[in-house]
Amino acid sequence: MTRFRPAYWPALIAILILIAIIAVARGAVSLPIVAVFEALRGRGDPTAVAIVRDLRLPRVVLGALVGAGLGASGAVLQGALRNSLAEPYLLGVSGGAAVGAVLAFSLGGTSEPVITLAAFGGGVAAVFVALAVSRAGGRAARADLRTLLIAGVIVGAFANAAIMVALASAEPNTIRGALWWMMGSAADATWTRVIWLAVSVALAGGALIYRAREVDVLALGEDTAASLGVDAENAGKRAFILAALLAAATVAAAGLIGFVGLVVPHIARGMGLRAHRPLILAAGLIGATLVVAADLAARTVAAPTELPLGAITALLGVPFFLVQLRRLS
Amino acid sequence: MIALQDLVVRYPGAGSNAVDGVSFVSSRGELTALAGPNGSGKSSIVRALLRRAETPSGSVSIDGRDVRSLSYGELAKNIAVVPQREETAFPIRVQDYVALGRYPHLGLWRAPGHEDFQAVDDALSQAGVTELATRDTDALSGGEWQRVRIARALAQRAPALVLDEPTTFLDVAHEMSIFELLFSLARSGLAVLLVSHQLNLVARFADKIVLLDHGRVATSGSPVEVMKAERLEAIYGWPVVVTRDPAVGAPALVPLRRPLQL
Repeated sequence: MTRFRPAYWPALIAILILIAIIAVARGAVSLPIVAVFEALRGRGDPTAVAIVRDLRLPRVVLGALVGAGLGASGAVLQGALRNSLAEPYLLGVSGGAAVGAVLAFSLGGTSEPVITLAAFGGGVAAVFVALAVSRAGGRAARADLRTLLIAGVIVGAFANAAIMVALASAEPNTIRGALWWMMGSAADATWTRVIWLAVSVALAGGALIYRAREVDVLALGEDTAASLGVDAENAGKRAFILAALLAAATVAAAGLIGFVGLVVPHIARGMGLRAHRPLILAAGLIGATLVVAADLAARTVAAPTELPLGAITALLGVPFFLVQLRRLS
Repeated sequence: MIALQDLVVRYPGAGSNAVDGVSFVSSRGELTALAGPNGSGKSSIVRALLRRAETPSGSVSIDGRDVRSLSYGELAKNIAVVPQREETAFPIRVQDYVALGRYPHLGLWRAPGHEDFQAVDDALSQAGVTELATRDTDALSGGEWQRVRIARALAQRAPALVLDEPTTFLDVAHEMSIFELLFSLARSGLAVLLVSHQLNLVARFADKIVLLDHGRVATSGSPVEVMKAERLEAIYGWPVVVTRDPAVGAPALVPLRRPLQL
């Protein structure tokens, strides 16, 4: 196992900042780095200032927060479920959150807090449905974590169907927006949205970092966790709910973005991290970097056409998932 | 000292009690063995010790305090349990794994101090796994892993140690070395409660055997008192003879053949 070196922290932060600066500079109108810094301070060409401050910066920050939330959520879910394939998208959490958000949207709720709360409700409901289904077969089924993944995929499929039904009765111009959102996108970033997501990520992520040692113990299994003085059942539920809140907040902000929560914790573990407090932090940083980079690719690879962000992360994540699945079986 | 008093364990929806009025004491300085056929209630007792089973009546106490009056954290400071099965989801370094045994003392935030490092070092050396400290848990053999798990429990520095079948799947040498380890831990002053199917080994090492049958204590006492052929035949439903093992003269069980009646 690789040893994690403290010097990796500034390196992770530096890479994130570097990618973020490039992401602010590049796009339909590419700006020189100097102009970006000028614009950030409100100087120089007013068009450049508007592009940087109102369009690109919120988009980059939103992408970073989405990635941080998904990475941290995946790290906690993998530890608490003791499953290297767990992540919010595959467990149906994101799908459930999307149903909640679409429901709120179609009932006329358009403010950020309403959408976020509805997404959270949907995400938590989905995780509990998946858990209930996977436990219906008794203790044997519970030990088999693959059952939980299958249950999650099924819940996710159901969620997709529910969204289709909701969209069928929606107006044509909302459909295109909603469809774009289902494929995941940071394009509609606004500062209000960024602030809502930042608050959710800080609260749920902070709570998870606070309780991280509990996840270390949960990762040893329920019996061992109990023998170490952790109320395994409640601690597990708490971890799921917080991880679901993180994922749901990202769904409310940028739609369905899969596989980030799967890939990122593996990268962090590959750097030698095991204890969940640093693991969650590192997964947040790596996730942020990955999504900002993926969004940059989404905007620039086929410019002027913009690709869906969720499709880019899926293109990267699916082969990784298959390799992991092969390693497990 | 672990004391069970008329303990009843019942699972929701079950037709009968899994443990039906069991009383016994596992004292400090002694190795107490809990034996009995599959489904006789051994593991349910371990679950009750951890407050993970419904106990409609009776009590489990540790040094005179009912486990239900203790918080989970307090409980873990008083009793260390090595459960039957455990597989770490992600490999972790042995010394980090053993250090998780300090969780009941450290909680969510306290940084480990001198006492914690000392406890981990002592646990590693007591269990004889100091040289494995920097290995990863997925690079251990079955016998090494069991010793590492015992080290994790020892790092808790609890006065009582409970192990649920720690020698399953181990070869003779590893099995013997685990029994020797448990024996010496008991002699060093711990109350060691061992759930085991290995009646012959238990008869050689344990100070006391509690033999369960259908959730009740069928018999308990010293190995010589408990290892009676007639009783064992009735409990296990299989013909046996009890002899003396040639090495140390402890009672030894020899199951007889009973060919299939075709």
